[in-house]
Amino acid sequence: MLGEAAVRAGCRYYFGYPITPQNEVPEYMSGRLLEVGGTFVQAESELASINMVIGAAMAGARVMTTSSSPGISLMQEGISYLAGLELPAVIANVVRGGPGLGNIAPAQSDYFQATRGGGHGDYRTIVLAPSSCQELCDLTMKAFDLADKYRNPVMILGDGMMGQMMEPVEFPEMIDLADLPAKDWTITGNQGRPSRALLSLLLTPKVLEDHNYKLVRKYDAVTRSETDWEEYLLEDARQVVVAYGTAARIAKGAIKRVRSMGLKVGLLRPKTLWPFPSQPIKELTRIVRQLLVFEMSTGQMVEDVEMAVAGQAQVHFYGRPGGVIPTPEEVAHQISHYYYQAGLMDGEDEAKRRGGVA
Amino acid sequence: MTKKMIFAGFGGQGVLVMGYLMALTGMRQGKNVTYLPAYGAEVRGGTANCTVVISDQEIASPVSSSPDFVIVMNNPSLVRFANMVAQDGFLLTNSSLVHGEVKRHDVTKVPVPVNELAHELGEDRSANVIMVGALAEATGVVSIEDLKEALAYTGLGKKPKVLELNRRALEVGAENARQVLNKEKSA
Repeated sequence: MLGEAAVRAGCRYYFGYPITPQNEVPEYMSGRLLEVGGTFVQAESELASINMVIGAAMAGARVMTTSSSPGISLMQEGISYLAGLELPAVIANVVRGGPGLGNIAPAQSDYFQATRGGGHGDYRTIVLAPSSCQELCDLTMKAFDLADKYRNPVMILGDGMMGQMMEPVEFPEMIDLADLPAKDWTITGNQGRPSRALLSLLLTPKVLEDHNYKLVRKYDAVTRSETDWEEYLLEDARQVVVAYGTAARIAKGAIKRVRSMGLKVGLLRPKTLWPFPSQPIKELTRIVRQLLVFEMSTGQMVEDVEMAVAGQAQVHFYGRPGGVIPTPEEVAHQISHYYYQAGLMDGEDEAKRRGGVA
Repeated sequence: MTKKMIFAGFGGQGVLVMGYLMALTGMRQGKNVTYLPAYGAEVRGGTANCTVVISDQEIASPVSSSPDFVIVMNNPSLVRFANMVAQDGFLLTNSSLVHGEVKRHDVTKVPVPVNELAHELGEDRSANVIMVGALAEATGVVSIEDLKEALAYTGLGKKPKVLELNRRALEVGAENARQVLNKEKSA
């Protein structure tokens, strides 16, 4: 699914090393890329795969690698180089439970690693967080465009559940590689043009400082133009749940449940985790005083939410780590707990709940 | 209409294929569907289950803790999932392997001896398809005819002979479910 979307976005090079729960991607790519004249390499390690990605990106190709948490950790050095060299590449992390080898069940515990850069140095990766199979397809295609537009690595942060789940998907048409804007920085052999170089080693502090600030200006532009989120039932909400990916889907199920009980609860779902939708979350504090952050981890995105609201609203947290998949019922229970605790029921609703008359 | 169902058994029983067939059939009827498998790192003999949702509306959560239908293929799954069935739901059990008693009177219980039925049919591996036939007949969530069509688009229908056999397996399951439900009505 992710593989087909990548192929339709013009990805012709895939380098990876097997790890559950994302083996469906290399399995699919190993056959599909041959059909479209692409190249598939099962590398000897994650380090090798990410360095092959660097090479293909330098030559101007649309290139992707995928892995899962421990494998992504091994790739961090290469991702830092991609950022430093300003190379476009797409990396998908189908997150599993951690730390260490952890397990192969769905989790969201790599949020810090993904949104803070992950490797060494002052850099950012654009992080996209799909929450359905259709969105995984759409955001994968968008990831290649964003990577090229900003010359920056883009990470798709999925989880073991999205890696295994099946849903009907409508695929967009295959793009024509010839329609893409030409890249004037690629290293393709110096044939009668001035020579080019791509370097991440900048020994003079002042030169590196200029490079760092150049990256910052790029990151600012990404933040201004590409921050994306979904709002669900916010109009009359008195409490808002903030969740992304699979957790957001479970939260939606929970919200449907509590809405049927008369609780006015909405959802804000970040679709880009970096850049984080801080502004819309800050604006929420004008209409609600209660936020509930729900993650399949012990609490990572909650820090970004707290920073965004800057003390202007109460931020509660509920999480299940380690690959446990929370049910909509238990999330609904958490929502109603904080809802009642904050006294958000109005007179009429409250009377109904008590079975009396207003 | 939203119907959530959990199929459970051990690896090798075709548990995931059952769910896949149901989801595919629902999708071909223009419904929204999700198919969420869960299985251990091991394959044959390990636990395997999957959750399928078929709905006219957008499906919020593909996870369910109170499914409308639970299909149990072995004893450990009975212990784990029998209490989860929603009130007025259906509990289908593979009575060839499942012997535990279920003390619930608010659900319709449909025991189907799928292993024996499959053996009689001449193909032990068709037990899971027989169960899907029984599920469709008992609950009406999809029709046997729709299942028969969808079969051709799965691995169960790649060869004409196998397709024919699996279509018969669906009928065997449906017939058995009819008998069980009629007996219950007259009892």
